[in-house]
Amino acid sequence: MNARLLPYLLILPVTLFLCVFFLYPFILVAQQAFSNGGEASLQNFRDVIGYWKFPISLRNTFLLAIIVVPIQLALSLLMATMVSKMKKGRDLVLYVWTIPLGISDLAAGIIWLAIFEQSGFLNSMLAGVGAVDAPVNFLSYQNTFIVFLAIMLAEIWRATAIMLVIIVAGIGLIPKEYYEAAEVFGASPWKRFVKITLPLLRPSLQTALILRVVLAFEVFAVVAALGGTLFPVLMGEIYSYQFDLQNGGNAAALALIVLGISLAFTLIILRALRVPKGATI
Amino acid sequence: MAEIQIKNVAKNFGGYQALHDIDLTISDQEFMVLLGASGCGKTTLLRIVAGLETATTGEVWINGRRVDHLPPKERGIAMVFQNYAVFPHLTVFENIGFGLRMQKMPNDEVKRRVERCASLMHIEQLLKRYSGELSGGQRQRVAVARALAMEPDVILMDEPLSNLDALLRLEMRAELKGVLADSKTTAIYVTHDQVEAMSLADRISVMHQGRIVQAASPIEVYRNPAAEFVAGFIGNPPMNFLRAEAAGAGKWSVAGQTVDGPAASGPLQYAIRPEDLRLSDQGLPARVKLVEPLGAHLQVTCDVDGTAIRAVLDSDLTLKPGDAIHLAPQPDRVRWFDPNTTKAVQ
Repeated sequence: MNARLLPYLLILPVTLFLCVFFLYPFILVAQQAFSNGGEASLQNFRDVIGYWKFPISLRNTFLLAIIVVPIQLALSLLMATMVSKMKKGRDLVLYVWTIPLGISDLAAGIIWLAIFEQSGFLNSMLAGVGAVDAPVNFLSYQNTFIVFLAIMLAEIWRATAIMLVIIVAGIGLIPKEYYEAAEVFGASPWKRFVKITLPLLRPSLQTALILRVVLAFEVFAVVAALGGTLFPVLMGEIYSYQFDLQNGGNAAALALIVLGISLAFTLIILRALRVPKGATI
Repeated sequence: MAEIQIKNVAKNFGGYQALHDIDLTISDQEFMVLLGASGCGKTTLLRIVAGLETATTGEVWINGRRVDHLPPKERGIAMVFQNYAVFPHLTVFENIGFGLRMQKMPNDEVKRRVERCASLMHIEQLLKRYSGELSGGQRQRVAVARALAMEPDVILMDEPLSNLDALLRLEMRAELKGVLADSKTTAIYVTHDQVEAMSLADRISVMHQGRIVQAASPIEVYRNPAAEFVAGFIGNPPMNFLRAEAAGAGKWSVAGQTVDGPAASGPLQYAIRPEDLRLSDQGLPARVKLVEPLGAHLQVTCDVDGTAIRAVLDSDLTLKPGDAIHLAPQPDRVRWFDPNTTKAVQ
């Protein structure tokens, strides 16, 4: 076997798989988005962007991403630091913290619905301690802030662990000697975190943030379960174009817009957290 | 001025006693080497002085100030690590200046000190590089420069040369000796390499199983080992031992020969360095077992009274296995040890 050809041969199956099941459908979607009645056109994009719900769903999606992702980043860094300092029971704590990862996003949404809905746990508790006389409808159009808060909480609960596991693995790769050297040369625990952990964690932060940000722009089921139509997001709009309005062209166009946003953020993250040549561990 | 006093320091790692009652005083500007095999506690002792490890009992004083409850940065120390620990995400300049930045030193002072230390270690041309672009030797230089930049009272070094190849190690050893002597700091240097210890140290502390067996100048440790362990550890090949039986007052019988010795009772160990033996018509009767021509000299392993004895002889000699010879020891180089206490007997 020719040693130069072997690597290409080995990646051939996965390349074929990706071409058939990802690249081909992607081309179909792009075709659909850029055509109207069989002709090449940008009409789908004009329709989608001009629709009154577009700015609202765009704003909601961004708002959710901009608030949820930094909180998750901070939380996962804190949790990862705590876990890496543990001597015993480390794995158990990590497993427990990652349980929400094993639950589908719709199920996660329903769990939080069970807490917040009118006959939910929160109302029973509040009534039980006498804080409210009658159950409150938290998830109504009058309480959009609480709807947003509930979605935020559910998203944080559900998807922080994905960043956590990547960051825990990344922290594990940083040799202990760097911390000792920093300590001897006068760095406080906070300085050690900022000057050693964070910069050396850049590759893991890149992966974690890209994954999480892309997922944040794809938020759908949790929002659908908790907010219904009260809190429109981009993914929900794609769904409603495709299945409620039966407009494949518009759905494809909006899908491409989401793809564009995800790509842009991926590039920004890659650029912001790049590691100079020769500066890797 | 920085004298280091280690008083009754002991360290227990969950039932394992790594250090037993260490007492050691290191004078100002002294170069002290902690020498011992791996697991003897030398690195633990260094880390206790550094503040990276806490002693179970005992005190550490630096410069007349008790420091064992202070964090490392308040002890006036700098450290060079075995794996260099040069921060990969910082340039050489920022690495050397790391400790100074932590002290919030003004930029121009940081620049002045970094450049001075870089030139001392001959790495001025590398200041903009990252550690991934440096060789092992260059990283080691950065690590030393980073310690020097702190202008510390005490420099602690944990096997700083053990990851370098043999030739580079020789070069760095000579350079370290010069630079540290000029810097006028007190130094504690941990190594398992006795040649390194002999060549660098003002004083060597030989450690064994969590105890300091002997703390003395290199030549004293070599010539007058305080215990059998030191005699068998220092020197390549190490000291030879033969069993000596009492044969009257101050007389001892060694391998059938009667020799003068200390006035003591009971059997003793008779010890002699391989290079203090020479070929002779009389002396210890020996049968040659192995001849190793090493260029500068001839290393011969013989059987003397059932014990393997090594002798370093003139390289012009022609010896072969099976030859019956006599090895004459240089009388003033013979040392005696008590096999019960393993300590030297005068």
